Amino acid sequence: MKILVAVKRVVDYNVKVRAKADGTGVETANVKMSMNPFDEIAVEEAIRLQEAGKAQEIVAISLGVAACQDTIRTALAMGADRGILVETDAELQPLAVAKLLKAAVEKEKPDLVILGKQAIDDDANQTGQMLAALLGWPQGTFASKVELGDGTVNVTREVDGGLETVALKLPALVTADLRLNEPRFVKLPNIMKAKKKPLEVLKPADLGVDVAPRLVTLKVQEPPKRQAGIKVGSVAELVDKLHNEAHVI
Amino acid sequence: MSILVIAEHDNAALKAATLNTVTAATQLGEDIAVLVAGHNCGAVAEAAAQVAGVKKVLVADAPHYAHQLAENMAALVVGLAGDHTHILAPATAAGKNTLPRVAALLDVAQISDVIKIDSADTFVRPIYAGNVLATVQSKDSVKVMTVRGTAFPAATATGGSAAIETVAPAADAGVSSFVGQQLTQSDRPELTAARIIVSGGRGMGNGDNFKLLEDVADKLGAAVGASRAAVDAGFVPNDYQVGQTGKVVAPTLYVAVGISGAIQHLAGMKDSKVIVAINKDEEAPIFQVADYGLVADLFAAVPELSKELDKLKAAG
Repeated sequence: MKILVAVKRVVDYNVKVRAKADGTGVETANVKMSMNPFDEIAVEEAIRLQEAGKAQEIVAISLGVAACQDTIRTALAMGADRGILVETDAELQPLAVAKLLKAAVEKEKPDLVILGKQAIDDDANQTGQMLAALLGWPQGTFASKVELGDGTVNVTREVDGGLETVALKLPALVTADLRLNEPRFVKLPNIMKAKKKPLEVLKPADLGVDVAPRLVTLKVQEPPKRQAGIKVGSVAELVDKLHNEAHVI
Repeated sequence: MSILVIAEHDNAALKAATLNTVTAATQLGEDIAVLVAGHNCGAVAEAAAQVAGVKKVLVADAPHYAHQLAENMAALVVGLAGDHTHILAPATAAGKNTLPRVAALLDVAQISDVIKIDSADTFVRPIYAGNVLATVQSKDSVKVMTVRGTAFPAATATGGSAAIETVAPAADAGVSSFVGQQLTQSDRPELTAARIIVSGGRGMGNGDNFKLLEDVADKLGAAVGASRAAVDAGFVPNDYQVGQTGKVVAPTLYVAVGISGAIQHLAGMKDSKVIVAINKDEEAPIFQVADYGLVADLFAAVPELSKELDKLKAAG
């Protein structure tokens, strides 16, 4: 079994992002970038399947600027075997990413593709589902448990009312939710080893994919700030305010 | 404009999120059809036909729609896409699961989590956990979008009289099947539909202590929620989670108990009308968004709150 894991380079989750003054985007200059946290969970899951003897090879793929190599190296340091970067400076929207990943899947022929359920920058929550659709594969999104069987995978999904389990025929696609696992910390010797692991660099044109954006961002702005209210001195005062001032109870 | 809204339901009842999505549809145009795909879902179709503003209800009733698996749902919706200019679904676990598949098969972008409709092709959506809002314009022939329920009022559930049409089911893709589910049993309102929510965080200490919140919630007719920290610690199930990666809520009253107010939690509740924070740490960021803050030990304050609510009720 071969697993392809897609990883995205995003603004680190600890960074408080700000809209640019001219409203064309968010400030990313001199901002710390990291692997999308959901993708870390995806990588971790692939490694655990490999450690359990259920997968032989893990390929980590990223798409975007040259610096995405760092994100791939992080995946390699965690335990992925080799990397692929589809390098482009163009803006990549989820449909374009799904098309590029589809081309990569046709080339690599994995049995399982794992992605994070969403990236914490555009919060789109689309790429995995789109890729599964383009491949005609079944999908197990928002996964909190992945159990590989013989030619099938059972995925327990976080849904609005609780949990749901679906059985998917392989090849299949899984998107990782928060509680699937806790990603390991990368150890220094593994970072050194990761530098020696193979990393192939391709261009979108090599994969024959048109990545032109379908959505135009007209404006990016910060929402109105909520103002802090008052501190109350006691529970009785709180209930009084809620009842007589805010009229909500 | 011809708008197709994908109904969310459990084969017995129409889920409230559908009503908010219908309101979004009415801002696009008047020709609104609602698709009810399920199994033995006639009651849902009847309910959808009553919703104000709905002109037509399309019903696809087949065993392979019973659990609305994304693979089968997408094939059905793509087959019905036809002349529709817009395809909408609630931005819920079900909508988010299915709709990107539809968009990809139609070779169009999806616009996720729409919170405002500027025009037929221009929409506002939150990015970076709601810290920034992006206004995007779609150049595609069909606009496929998920709608954040808290941003649109619910359409009136009665008063409409839409025609109900049966549509032929698409073939079962046969690549996925439903195995089972563990749904949280509760008599309290659903988080995303509740008028009042009482939420607990890491400060609750353990799952048993959530009983304190349940007691208050029941007196208020409220739903019980939690922060990611409380869910990760195993105090309560995952479907309690309010936040960027959990549920986005905007009740009339949100009571945050023992919740520090991490950005990812605020992203899920900051549009609530009135926010109350009870926390012993007066520096907690939750106080920066709270209308009423009480710096207190929750284990004293919550039982006291329960008693004060009794008094309020007794006073009528």
